[in-house]
Order: sequence, then structure tokens, then C-alpha cells
Amino acid sequence: MAERTSRSRRAARPTDMTNTRTTNDDLDAGIATLATELRAHALAADALDETRFARLRDCVATRALERGLADVAIACHDSPLGRIVLGATESGLVRVGLPVESEDAVLDELAARVSPRVLRAPRTVLDDARRQLDEYFAGRRHEFALALDWRLTASSASPSTKGRGRDGRPRPATGFRHAVLCATAAIPFGSTATYREIAARAGSPAAHRATGSALASNPLPIVVPCHRVLPSGGGVGQYRGGTEAKTRLLALEGAV
Amino acid sequence: MPSRTRSRAAALALPPFERVLEEHGRAVLRFCVAEAGPQRGEDCFQETILAALDGYATLRDAGAVRGWLLTIAARKVVDQHRARERAPEPVADVDVHATAGTEPAHDGALWARVARLPEKQRRAVTLRYGGDLSHREIAVVMETSEDAARRNVFEGLARLRKELAGG
Repeated sequence: MAERTSRSRRAARPTDMTNTRTTNDDLDAGIATLATELRAHALAADALDETRFARLRDCVATRALERGLADVAIACHDSPLGRIVLGATESGLVRVGLPVESEDAVLDELAARVSPRVLRAPRTVLDDARRQLDEYFAGRRHEFALALDWRLTASSASPSTKGRGRDGRPRPATGFRHAVLCATAAIPFGSTATYREIAARAGSPAAHRATGSALASNPLPIVVPCHRVLPSGGGVGQYRGGTEAKTRLLALEGAV
Repeated sequence: MPSRTRSRAAALALPPFERVLEEHGRAVLRFCVAEAGPQRGEDCFQETILAALDGYATLRDAGAVRGWLLTIAARKVVDQHRARERAPEPVADVDVHATAGTEPAHDGALWARVARLPEKQRRAVTLRYGGDLSHREIAVVMETSEDAARRNVFEGLARLRKELAGG
């Protein structure tokens, strides 16, 4: 076995057969080859061990949840719109990432704004959310019954610009954003409302633009149905998940 | 906007732990199995990840996360060895894992030979080529100088090379 390995190494380096370099050079060359082989074997073993790694990852995730070490549990869910990323804290569902958002960006956002201890882990509310999403897309569910964590409703600006919009003007208070999302959550399946109506229901009839921006950063799309809010001038308007997704959701509900 | 949020987050904050596990978890598992055998290595791996999660917020330099994880793993391996010395495994258990100490961590005779190297050389070679660590990182994990780390790797390779050439 050793002889065979040795020969195959020489074959890979034909100059070794004929050169007259010192033993040290030969040793160095042999060691370099050996190093490459060790690395290659390790990577090949990784490929073989992928199922083992996956199994241990699941074990660790469950234990981490039990010990309260996974602040944000995440799960992916394949929906008719594409792959949805779900995030949940101990308090409830905190984020629904639509297919148009990159999974990496959603995870980065959760790490920066909730906790870096983000882990793919089997939190119950995630299973519930996945099941309810399936039922919703199958037309069998008209409202979601899930514990929600609203903390990402707050402005997403970095601390230095907190409270101010890109144009330097003060952002609407978190309370207003929350009121907008609550008013939105109350729109029944199959109906729609305009931005103006939602602004009024949230207590500031004149703030329909701020209503638009609150809905554009809705951390819980679909579950908090911001797709049911339309411009009064017609059309479906903007959507965090893309206009196409908004149209499909409204069509699914028979609202357009 | 998502890309802006991302670059800002990546520059200032720790990455989501899930990504750390995806990028470095396999190297940690490989190291644990090479050092503690297949069965105990899996336990070490789990303990390492749980300890890393627990202390993740204390990590100052996200760029050094690989060396940091393997330092924790090295500590867990030592704990494991100590626990084993204090409480030898029951006979029945030993039968099940009879090969734990000598079984190769990786398929192939090459890594089986690594497993039989003297301890420091074995650990250095495993960290270098199994964990893909730099000599500086190995020095941190093994609590030696960088020169000593380099020497341990080299001597381990030289020994392997001699064995392979001499049969």
C-alpha cells in the first residue's frame, strides 16, 4: 500500500525520477505533495460525511433551543411563490422573508437587529407557520393564528440616523408603524383597502405616504397582509415581495 | 436596499451563527473526530457548538471565528479525555467503540497514518490539513509559538513521508 502510494506520487511528478537534486529537495517536494493529498482526502471525507454532519447539526439545534441558546430559529418553506425564509424568537414569528429577498440578506438582518445567534432549529411556531402557509396557499385558510414578535417593526435605520429618513426629516414613530400594521392585519381575506384608508384607521389620515413606507418594511408579509393595501388611483402598487407576487396573492384570494 | 443593509451588517456585526456553522462546522467535526475518535468526537462537536453559541456574543473579531471554534474544540477534546480517564467506559460500551482510538478519522490510509503520529504532530497536522488553519491559528489553538506550530506540522509530514517511502 505504502509502495503504491509512493509510486503514484512519483508518477505525478515525473521530474523526481530523473533529477539529481539533494535529498532535502526531494523531501520538500514529497512533503508538498503529501500536504496536498491530506487536504484532498479531508475534503473528500467531508463529502462522504455530509449525512453525519447534517444529523449532528439537527441534534445540536434541538439542544440549543432547549438551553435557550438559539435566539432566532429559522426555517425555509417552499411555497407557490418560491422559497420563503421564516424566523422566530421565543416570543413568536419575527420575520417572513419572501422569495425575492435573498436568504443571506434576511439572515444578516436578523443577526444585526435581533441577535447573531441565528440557527436553523425546530421551533414550534415555525412548524405552525409552515403548515398555515400551506393551508393559505391551498385556499383553506383565511387568517393566520400565530404568535407574532413585532420588534422588527421599528425603523431599520442604523443608530446614527435613527429617527430620521434619508431626506433628513424625522421618521414616523414606531407606534405609527405598528398601528399601520395592526390596521392592515385586520383587513379580511379577499378584501382590500387603500393606503389612505389604512392611514386613517391608524389614526393619521394625512400620513398615507408614511403608511406606504411602513408597509414597504413590513417584516411579516403574507401573515400581516400588506398585499391587501392598494393605491387609491388603481393598480396593485408596490410590494416588498415584488409586484408579481402581490398580484398572485390577490388573485389567490379572489380580490382582483 | 438589501445589499446596503447587508454590507453594513457584515462590516459591524457578527454574522448569523447559522452561516458560521455552515462554513466552519465541517472542519470542527473533522478535528473532533480525528482527536477523540468517531463516537466521542461527535459528542465533542456538539459540546463545541453549544459552547460557541453560548459565548458567541463575546467574540470580538468575526474574521477569527474559525480559530476561535477550534480552540473551543481543543478544550472539549481535553475535557473528554479527562472524563474518560476518571470514568473508564463500561466493558460493553468499549466493545461497541473498540476502534474508537485507532479508527481513521477519514477514509484512506493516509489519515489513518496521521492518527498514529505522536500527539503534537498529529494535532498540528490535523488542524493544518483537516481544519485548514494557518500556522498562526494552530499556535493559538495549541498554545504554542507559531514556530513550534510550523515545526510540529513539518515534523509530522516528514515522519509520514519517511514511513510512506520506507514502507
